[in-house]
Amino acid sequence: MNKIEAKNVHLYYGNFHALKGISLSIQPNTVAAFIGPSGCGKSTFLRLFNRMNDLIDGVRIEGECLIDNKNIYSREVRIEELRKKVGMVFQKPNPFPKTIFENVAYGLRVNGISHKSFIEERVERCLKQAALWEEVKDKLKKSAMALSGGQQQRLCIARALAIEPSVVLMDEPASALDPISTAKIEELIYELKKDYTIVIVTHNMQQAGRVSDTTAFFYLGELIEYDSTKKIFTNPTDTRTQNYITGRFG
Amino acid sequence: MSSNFDNIKKIKDRIFMIFGLLCTFFGLFMIAVFIGGILKDGFSRLSWDFIFNYPSRIASKAGIVSAFAGTLWIIVLTSVVAIPIGIGAAIYLEEYAKKSRLARIIEINISNLAGVPSIIYGLLGLEIFGRMMGMGGSLLAGSCTLALLVLPIIIVSTREAIKAVPNSLREASYALGASTWQMVKRTVVPAAGSGIITGIIISLSRVVGEAAPLIVVGALAYVPFVPSSPSSEFTVLPIQIFNWVSRPQQAFLVNASAAIIVLLSMTFLLNAVSVYLRIKKRVKY
Repeated sequence: MNKIEAKNVHLYYGNFHALKGISLSIQPNTVAAFIGPSGCGKSTFLRLFNRMNDLIDGVRIEGECLIDNKNIYSREVRIEELRKKVGMVFQKPNPFPKTIFENVAYGLRVNGISHKSFIEERVERCLKQAALWEEVKDKLKKSAMALSGGQQQRLCIARALAIEPSVVLMDEPASALDPISTAKIEELIYELKKDYTIVIVTHNMQQAGRVSDTTAFFYLGELIEYDSTKKIFTNPTDTRTQNYITGRFG
Repeated sequence: MSSNFDNIKKIKDRIFMIFGLLCTFFGLFMIAVFIGGILKDGFSRLSWDFIFNYPSRIASKAGIVSAFAGTLWIIVLTSVVAIPIGIGAAIYLEEYAKKSRLARIIEINISNLAGVPSIIYGLLGLEIFGRMMGMGGSLLAGSCTLALLVLPIIIVSTREAIKAVPNSLREASYALGASTWQMVKRTVVPAAGSGIITGIIISLSRVVGEAAPLIVVGALAYVPFVPSSPSSEFTVLPIQIFNWVSRPQQAFLVNASAAIIVLLSMTFLLNAVSVYLRIKKRVKY
């Protein structure tokens, strides 16, 4: 069964036709990478799956977006329920100006969980999953804003994992980070794949090559090619894909 | 190679800097003269008697207890009315109704209201609270009137504080499944907290100093008792000061100076608290 599926999706920002007939499917427990030059629609497409585009005025969507074979834009779907299942990590780390502990606990509290030891266990587990526990276990009550950029981003990952989503969307998660933090996050993605389905938008082609199982190449709002990462990077079908991969434009 | 033009530029720069310094010092100097004069006249009159005595025809026996109590009552009652309404309105306008036409109409009108002379509020309060709602010349009528006066200030400063909270925090909150109210309660309001409190303190400073609207609503000039409930009649420090300043006897002018010292101390205290809060809570984004 496809975990995530798009069927002929079109998106308009007012009159601007941002996404043109995108269809693809992503298998569970795999990492899919979206690559393409700036402005090609990959982030917009990513945000369809937790309906973050709903926050923008004037957005119109046609076609179907499915998670676990259910259309997430149908009227019966409660957005808050959807966002519990589909988590997101943003490009620039955005921890809340609260303690490290409260950052990770936020999602739990917002979903009605208040049992103290349950929260403590879950916070510890997620910080471990995000490879941050050792660095912060003695300072959980300190402000999250005092952490470095790479640590903040791992905190945001832990925060997203706390509510046990089945899909994690990552919008250029390492683009604002130094190489060492980037490497840590890539390792993390590889580990997380065992328990989650991950979709990552990235500008960094080498990164896509390193971490993903499948890759989708977007250009000017269209999906040019979608295939296993190995095939895209060694023997792409479309010339435009070939040109982008080899750096002829970007 | 420095040309004539560069030299003139430097001189003009210097002149403006000196001009700026003179203006600043002029302002500070005037304040210092004023405060110095008040302290000289009134400081010796300050005593526990002065603070706890009732007003009297005899200057040496007159005190500010009723006016001081009235001011405290007014501060508390006005806060109770204005703060929830002001913050609620600001949250609604910023987070819920943001782009609607209704919000824009309200926005323009609130800014206008902030500029209306306070005596107009007094007339409004007299008619609506004092007469139509039957509150008479009570603390309740006075504080409702002043609440209307400071509502625009609270709404505007709360909105500014809320606007200053980065959108990235809102996105993060929504992405975790929070509803708008949860996001506002758990993220936006705590983050905007110090800005909101600063706005509240600024409006309280304004409330402490108002006399005209309260006189119109019916605050008395001579109050030989401490108000015991919101329906009680009252007076406040600015009115008491005005009352004393209008008397010919020199001793009453001394009393007025002493009362001004008390009033100024309250204002400085409020502002010091707001500065402290602003510095302490300078949250790093």
